[in-house]
Amino acid sequence: MLELKNLSKTYKTGDTALSDVTLSIPKGQILGLIGPSGAGKSTLIRCINRLVEPSSGKVMLGDVDLAQLGKADLRRQRRRIGMIFQEYSLVERLTVMENVLSGRLGYVPFWRSFFRKYPAADVQRAYQLLDRVGLLDHADKRADALSGGQRQRVGIARALAQEPELLLVDEPTASLDPKTSRQIMRLLTEICAERGLPAIVNIHDVPLAQQFMQRIVGLRAGAVVFDGSPAALTQGALTQIYGEEDWNAMRNGDLEQADAEEDAKNRLAELVQ
Amino acid sequence: MTEITDYKQVWTYRTPRARLWTWAGWFALVTLFFWCWQIMTEDTIWAFVSDAPRQAADIGSRMLPPRISYMSELWGPLWDTINIATLGTIGGVIMAVPVAFLAARNTSPSVRFLRPIALFIIVASRSINALIWALLLVAIIGPGLLAGIVAIALRSIGFVGKLLYEAIEETDARQTEAVQATGASAAQVLIYGIVPQIMPAFWGISVFRWDINIRESTILGLVGAGGIGLKLQASLNTLAWNQVSVILLLILVTVVLSEWVSAKVRHAII
Repeated sequence: MLELKNLSKTYKTGDTALSDVTLSIPKGQILGLIGPSGAGKSTLIRCINRLVEPSSGKVMLGDVDLAQLGKADLRRQRRRIGMIFQEYSLVERLTVMENVLSGRLGYVPFWRSFFRKYPAADVQRAYQLLDRVGLLDHADKRADALSGGQRQRVGIARALAQEPELLLVDEPTASLDPKTSRQIMRLLTEICAERGLPAIVNIHDVPLAQQFMQRIVGLRAGAVVFDGSPAALTQGALTQIYGEEDWNAMRNGDLEQADAEEDAKNRLAELVQ
Repeated sequence: MTEITDYKQVWTYRTPRARLWTWAGWFALVTLFFWCWQIMTEDTIWAFVSDAPRQAADIGSRMLPPRISYMSELWGPLWDTINIATLGTIGGVIMAVPVAFLAARNTSPSVRFLRPIALFIIVASRSINALIWALLLVAIIGPGLLAGIVAIALRSIGFVGKLLYEAIEETDARQTEAVQATGASAAQVLIYGIVPQIMPAFWGISVFRWDINIRESTILGLVGAGGIGLKLQASLNTLAWNQVSVILLLILVTVVLSEWVSAKVRHAII
C-alpha cells in the first residue's frame, strides 16, 4: 500500500533527519514508529504527505510517487492521507462540526467551504463520524471548549472525513493522561481494523506501542534499527533503539513511577478503610 | 559539589567598569539637556513668556461663558465628522486586509517581491499624518467630506495593515498545517486556518482605529476637508472664543463616548 524507498531528509541547517529509510506497509497494518526524541519520527511521517519536503527517495502510495508531485497533484493526493496530530491541531475558534467538515476541503470548491454549504452527503457522514467517536452532542460547540481527549476524537473524525487510504498519526497521546491515552489508542486501532486502514503511528510510549501495534519500527538517528512484531521487541532491541543509558534511565523511571503509583494506591486503600 | 568552603559575602549587580560607564552616560545626558535648552531658548522673547499667564487668563475669560446657543449649528458638522471617521475606517480596513496578507511572512505569495511592496505601502501610509493627506486631497478632489473620508482611509491602511499582519504572523502554525494536510487549496487554508485565528484581533484593531479616527477627523476641517473642524476654524478666525469653547467641549464629549464604545467592544471580543 505504502512504500518508502531510500527516503532521506537533510535540513537546510545540515542536520540529517532521515537517512536511506526503506519501509513497506501493507493494507490494514498498524505500524508503531518508536525512537528517542530527534530520531526523525516526526520528519518521516511529514515527508509522506510532504508537510516536510524529502531530500531524496521515493514515497509510493499505490502507484503514485508522492515525492515527485506538483502542487495541484499533491493537493489531490493529500486527500487520500488522513493526519492526526500531537496537540490535536484543531482550529480552536471553529466549531467541532466545522473542524470535521474541514476534512472535506480537498473535495469541495472554494465557495462551498467559504459559505459552509457542504454537500448533504458530507454533512451526514460528518454526523456519522462524530457519533462513531462519541461526540454527536458536541457538534456545535467550539473546539476550544472541549477536553484533550475529546479534541483528539475530533481530530480522528476530521482525518476520517477525508475517506483516507492511509492514516498518519503523530504522537496521538503525548498531551493526554494515561487513561485517556489508552482510550484513544483503542479507538484508533478499532477504526483502522473496521476499515482496513493502514496507519503509521509515532509513539514514544513503548508499553503503549507494544499493547496496540501490530508491527514496530525503531528509528535511531534517522535510520531503521528495528523492524518486527511487538513480541520481538526485547530488552536488547530497545537498548539498540534508545541507547544503553537512555533506555535504562527510562526503564528505571517507569519502574520508579510504577512503584510510586502502587504506593499511593495502597495508602489510599488504607485511608478508605 | 566543589571543595570551596569560604564563600564571599559581597555580590555587586554591576562591575566597577560598568558602574563608571553608567555614571558617565547619565552625566552626558544631563549636559546634553542643558546645552539643547540654551540653543532652544536663544530666540525666546522673555517678555512674552512672562506675559503668558495674563494672556491665558484673558482668552479664558473670553471663552466663558460658552455660547451654548451655538450648539444648534454644530450638530450637522458633528454628524459629518462621525461619518468621515466611520466611512474612512471602513475604507481603510478594506484596503488594509489584502495588504496585511501580502505583508505577513507566512501568507505572502512572494516574500522577496510582494512583501517589500506591501511593507512600503504600510510605512508610506503611516508616515504621512491625516492632516497632510487631507491637504493633498483637498487640492486634488476639492474641499468637502470626500477629501476627509479618503484622507482618513489612506492614513488607516498603515495602522490596520501593520497590526493585522503582525497578528497573522503570530497565528498558530500547527492549526494551519492541519488544514493543509487535508488537501485544502491555498485559499481554503487561509479561510479555515488563518482567518478564524485573527478574527478577534481584526475587530479589536478596527474599532480601535475608528476611535482614533474620530479624534483625527475633528481637525480635518482646518484644511477644508469638512466636519466640525470647519466651524472651529471659522470661530477662531473671528475670535469668537465663546464658540471655540463650545466646540472644544463637544469634541471632548464625542471622543470620550467613542473611546467608551471602543473599549466596550474590545472587551466583549477579548
